[in-house]
Amino acid sequence: MSTSRSGVTEDAVMETKEKSGKKRVVEEDDDQLSLFKIDKDGFPKKLEKEDNDDDLSDSEESVFSGLEDSGSDSDDDDADDDDDDDDDGTVEETKDTDEESLDKDNDEEATNFETSTEQPFSETREAKLQGENASDGGKGARKARASRARGTESGKLEQAPELGGQSSGPPPQGDEYEQDTSDEEDIRNTVGNIPMEWYQDYPHIGYDLDGKKIYKPIRNKDELDEFLDKMENPDYWRTVHDKMTGADIRLSDEQVSLVHRLQRGNFGDASFSEYEPYVDFFSSETMIHPVTNRPADKRSFIPSLIEKEKVSRLVHAIKMGWIKPRQPKESGLQLYDLWAKEDPNSILGRHKMHVPAPKIKLPGHEESYNPPPEYLLTEEEKLAWEQQDPEEQKLNFLPQKFACLRTVPAYSRFIHERFERCLDLYLCPRQRKMRVNVDPEDLIPKLPKPRDLQPFPTVQSLVYRGHSNLVRCISVSPGGQWLASGSDDCTVRLWEICTGRCMKTIEVGGAVKSIAWNPNPAICLVALSFNQTVLLLNPGLGDKLVCSTTDQLIASYVEPEEEKEQSVQWQLPEDQDVEKGVRLIINHPKSVRQLTWHSKGDYLATVMPDNSNTQVLIHQITKRRSQNPFRKNKGLVQCVSFHPIRPYFFVATQRYIRIYNLIKQELMKKLSANCKWISSMAIHPAGDNVICGSYDSRLAWFDLDLSTKPYKVLRHHKKALRGVAFHKTYPLFASASDDGSVIVCHGMVYNDLLQNPLIVPVKVLKGHTITQDLGVLDVAFHPSQPWVFSSGADHTVRLFT
Amino acid sequence: MGGLQKKKYESGSATNYVTRNKARKKLQLSLADFRRLCILKGIYPHEPKRKKKVNKGSTAPRTFYLVKDIRFLLHEPIVAKFREYKVFVRKLRKAYGKSEWGAVQRLRENKPVYKLDHIVKERYPTFIDALRDLDDALSMCFLFSTFARTGKCHVQTIQLCRRLSVEWMNYIVISRSLRKVFLSIKGIYYQAEVLGQTVTWLVPYQFAHNHPTDVDYRVMATFTEFHTTLLGFVNFRLYQTLNLLYPPKLDSKAEVELKAEHEEDYAMDSESYLEKLSALSASLSRVISTVEEEEAEPDRFPVEGEDAEVLVAREKEQKEQEAQKNLFEGLKFFLNREVPRESLAFVLRCFGAQVSWEKSLCIGGTYDVTDETITHQVVDRPNVDKKYINRYYIQPQWVFDCVNSRMRLPVEDYFPGVTLPPHLSPFVEHKEGDYVPPEKLRLMALQRGERPEREQEEIEGEEDDDGGDDSQEDEGGDDDDDEEEEEDDDDDDMDDEEATDEKNLKLMEKQKSKGKTLPVTVTPGKVKLENKMRLEQEEKAEEKRLAIMMMKKKEKYLYDKIVFGKKRKVREANKLAAKRKAHDDAWKADKKKKKKKTTIGGE
Repeated sequence: MSTSRSGVTEDAVMETKEKSGKKRVVEEDDDQLSLFKIDKDGFPKKLEKEDNDDDLSDSEESVFSGLEDSGSDSDDDDADDDDDDDDDGTVEETKDTDEESLDKDNDEEATNFETSTEQPFSETREAKLQGENASDGGKGARKARASRARGTESGKLEQAPELGGQSSGPPPQGDEYEQDTSDEEDIRNTVGNIPMEWYQDYPHIGYDLDGKKIYKPIRNKDELDEFLDKMENPDYWRTVHDKMTGADIRLSDEQVSLVHRLQRGNFGDASFSEYEPYVDFFSSETMIHPVTNRPADKRSFIPSLIEKEKVSRLVHAIKMGWIKPRQPKESGLQLYDLWAKEDPNSILGRHKMHVPAPKIKLPGHEESYNPPPEYLLTEEEKLAWEQQDPEEQKLNFLPQKFACLRTVPAYSRFIHERFERCLDLYLCPRQRKMRVNVDPEDLIPKLPKPRDLQPFPTVQSLVYRGHSNLVRCISVSPGGQWLASGSDDCTVRLWEICTGRCMKTIEVGGAVKSIAWNPNPAICLVALSFNQTVLLLNPGLGDKLVCSTTDQLIASYVEPEEEKEQSVQWQLPEDQDVEKGVRLIINHPKSVRQLTWHSKGDYLATVMPDNSNTQVLIHQITKRRSQNPFRKNKGLVQCVSFHPIRPYFFVATQRYIRIYNLIKQELMKKLSANCKWISSMAIHPAGDNVICGSYDSRLAWFDLDLSTKPYKVLRHHKKALRGVAFHKTYPLFASASDDGSVIVCHGMVYNDLLQNPLIVPVKVLKGHTITQDLGVLDVAFHPSQPWVFSSGADHTVRLFT
Repeated sequence: MGGLQKKKYESGSATNYVTRNKARKKLQLSLADFRRLCILKGIYPHEPKRKKKVNKGSTAPRTFYLVKDIRFLLHEPIVAKFREYKVFVRKLRKAYGKSEWGAVQRLRENKPVYKLDHIVKERYPTFIDALRDLDDALSMCFLFSTFARTGKCHVQTIQLCRRLSVEWMNYIVISRSLRKVFLSIKGIYYQAEVLGQTVTWLVPYQFAHNHPTDVDYRVMATFTEFHTTLLGFVNFRLYQTLNLLYPPKLDSKAEVELKAEHEEDYAMDSESYLEKLSALSASLSRVISTVEEEEAEPDRFPVEGEDAEVLVAREKEQKEQEAQKNLFEGLKFFLNREVPRESLAFVLRCFGAQVSWEKSLCIGGTYDVTDETITHQVVDRPNVDKKYINRYYIQPQWVFDCVNSRMRLPVEDYFPGVTLPPHLSPFVEHKEGDYVPPEKLRLMALQRGERPEREQEEIEGEEDDDGGDDSQEDEGGDDDDDEEEEEDDDDDDMDDEEATDEKNLKLMEKQKSKGKTLPVTVTPGKVKLENKMRLEQEEKAEEKRLAIMMMKKKEKYLYDKIVFGKKRKVREANKLAAKRKAHDDAWKADKKKKKKKTTIGGE
């Protein structure tokens, strides 16, 4: 060690002198260090080497050469060997001298190693000196020698440096190829796996482990040299250029043969037989000798204590009856008399709520395989059945007829139906429904028989013909002798009721909207409205005296001193009009829809349905004065009416009927009719009940004492109601509708306040024909007889008695 | 006053019901297990009276269970078994995954099983309850017993179903309690009266099933599980009531008889035993082997008035039933190969006949075709090759029709190759106003003891029948639209009168307007014949109509519905009658034509 150190110091001094020399020394130093290491553990290796020296020589070689990835390494091996050998001879002297100078007290082996380590250096030197050709030329001889040396004792000695070389990682500088015996990857050049072209322009080709540059070999081979080499060198074909080191390598015979083998796709090792019989270590045969000859353990002879404890515990458990032998399994259904001790009283509480599943409906004739022919479906029925949804189908199968039982096929939906039944049983909610067997006759209300409620009109007795257009309105004179009817043909006709004779026809200037006979029997006056005009007409029928008093009454009017501003104009008719019977003309600002008399016969109310606040006007005939009772009107006024006794005024708008007290000038009641559009209204002669008809075919009866809601709503008619009327004396009321019928009802109002009115429909009177979707337009009762008049769209007025 | 304000939905019906999901959560069961539990325990959803209230104001469609029912399920031991089973499955899967075959075997040996005995007892506290609910169980068992032993369910289940259904049939045969049979296109309906309870079940025809894919067989299997248990117990009890051995054993005598013949054909004794039982040709052995004792005459108590009539009627019914039980007593039947053996053997045996069949067809045939004592041979082919003189050859429908009509019908209509009379459903009970097919009428006449008309008379009879039908139809028609028609008539009459009046009037007016010179002629007035009855009827009808006008809206609706239903019924009956009439007419015309042809041909 000390020597090596001194060597190092020496090197440091020598460094300046010669680079190569210094390098070598360092190399040596390293080698020695590694040498000692290897010496220690290298011993057994050497032993082994000695043991199987022979086969190692070629097996190792083959392993290295064949299985190692880089073939070049193995080449080097051989080259190394060869070189070693010829070194022994050729450069012995110089080397020896060098060695001697460095260390003398090394033992034999050590010196041997040293010499071997020395070799690369000398080689390089030799290579440098001799050049390429010389080295190549000498190779053949060297090889021969190497083979010779292998057999001898010196082979052992040669191996040793090999070992040393293996362990000593860093190869010496120079042509490492000749030297390397390492089986590791070539790591002498540390540049890694890079394209070597990168180093083309440099003098070196990489760095060694110490970081020193590895120089390119001095070569100035140009094309000519190459060519010459090709021509002259017999081994040119087996020379390979190593890019990593830049050296040319001649492949040995083994290597060449290896390449050939690989090219052929054979195994690298020539001696490897891939078809060798497989020898299983653990063969199926029982061997007479143990694999291991280890004597048996003691514990294998002694019974286990733990097991003993376990067994004793089990035995104890069995003794104590804790563990019982496994019961034989009861297989299948064990049946016995389940209801042996049945107690019908022990029914659970939940059974009270239990709804037993309804049984499946039993099949009818149509399900038979051979049903009577009437149960089979016709083609259309079949088609209809197929198009129905399964839920809608009344039968869930198609009735079929088979001639004999033999031909009956399987029912394809059998399992389905069974399954559906299962689903019904556990998924379908059940509910107990009380099905009351109602006799429909019981539902019909018990009403007094119409026969007991007579008199009421039952048959049509007279038809008044003459109008050429629909008859919009009719009115009966208070005496009950005359009938006035106004029509769309712009005429008013006056009929004698009993004979049906048309007494007078008065032409007016427009379709007559409304007509009303003055209810005062002492006055013979008819009010009628067309367009914007209201005419007061003295028909001049009946008692002459009455007619003349009427005329006098109208003529007795004295012009007041100060003329009041009025919204309507009162006019006296012209002479020809007077001839006709017209006594007064009241011109309104708008068209008048309806007019009605007060029971005293002096006041006349007119309706001009409009959004303005002058929808209703009340005229006083004697004073020829008009007034607007309402400052403001809510909604469209449909009709108005005076209370027969009290100073009340009824105004029907579309949906409500308002009752005003004319004296107190306040709203008394507001009746809601529960209908969409009121068409007509009539007031019971006693004044406590109102009926109103509506266009949505309802008739509402209000009992003013009860509430503002209808006491009863009757839906007798099928179409819109046009008119309603009360009889003056009999408990009758009638309604006329667009369906062409007049329904007469018995509407009894009792004096006892506790008893509600009795309403019984007594007769449906038909007679009018429907023209242009209009049926009966107006209805009126005879003042004294149980007769009812109706005017219709078929240009007639009919009397039912 | 005061106190806390009552919260909504905290009392009353809202607390009496629980939705399915809540119930499931309360029971801590998976949906499948919950369903299974519901099936086994017979728990079904209830429809609350006020659904919105129960649904806490929501109108979402939900199924509700009674809270009591769910609470009652909480203590069910089977629920624990379900959980055990779940664990078992988990363990088994684990053992399989680890390939621990020992563990797998051990687990399999200790597979948790549950019994349904207590559930049967609980659901049917009395035996009669169980009998009352036997329809579904029987239908299910009979269906499952016809399944092929592949795939759809366990073989054991099928075998059990077969065993139980055979036992049931044997019981019905021995107790002779079959009442009605109906061959429908779906299968064969049987109705028996067992201990006073009517039990109806449906058996499919013997064909391989075309298993549908949209049927959940697990649900069916769960039902079958319960139904087999129920049927087993019921069978046990029924056999006990008849002093029969259970499980059924063949009579020793019969056993010997059967043994002699075909024993070697069957490999296993156990198999052949069930087959022999299912052949239904032999009687079963009793616990106490006695000759069938005479039934004790029930004591009669004198009763008065209407009760007496009822009693008489009941007695008559009983007598009829007795007669029906012995309908085929003493007859010897032989079943041909092509007829459904099992159902026919069952039905015939139920009414006391002796039955046999070809040996190659099934085990249990007791005598041969060549037996001279055979009275009837059931054939279902157009013609028979070899005929024996002293027996009737009839089609199978004869047997079923006889059973339903409770008498031996004339065999002439049922000879092989003959067009069969329609097979009527015995379950239809004709009410007043229903359509009754003419065949039924004829049958009723036969039952009353009237002689049937043959051939020539038949046509006339039919015509008579038709006449009867017509009259009935008329009645029906009267029923259906008597009011309507009459009303219409009234109206029409009125209209007519009016129309005539108006016409006259118009004529008169025209004449008036024409010449003013009215030729005053007095035509003698006709005396109007007023039909008092008719007038009265009209009056009544009008009265009714007016009263109907005064009905309240609700009642009117109900009334209209009822009337509509009635009218529809009548309409349907009328339609059927019309169809029948058309058919008969066509048939008659056809026949006449044929006759003519034959006569022409003959000439």
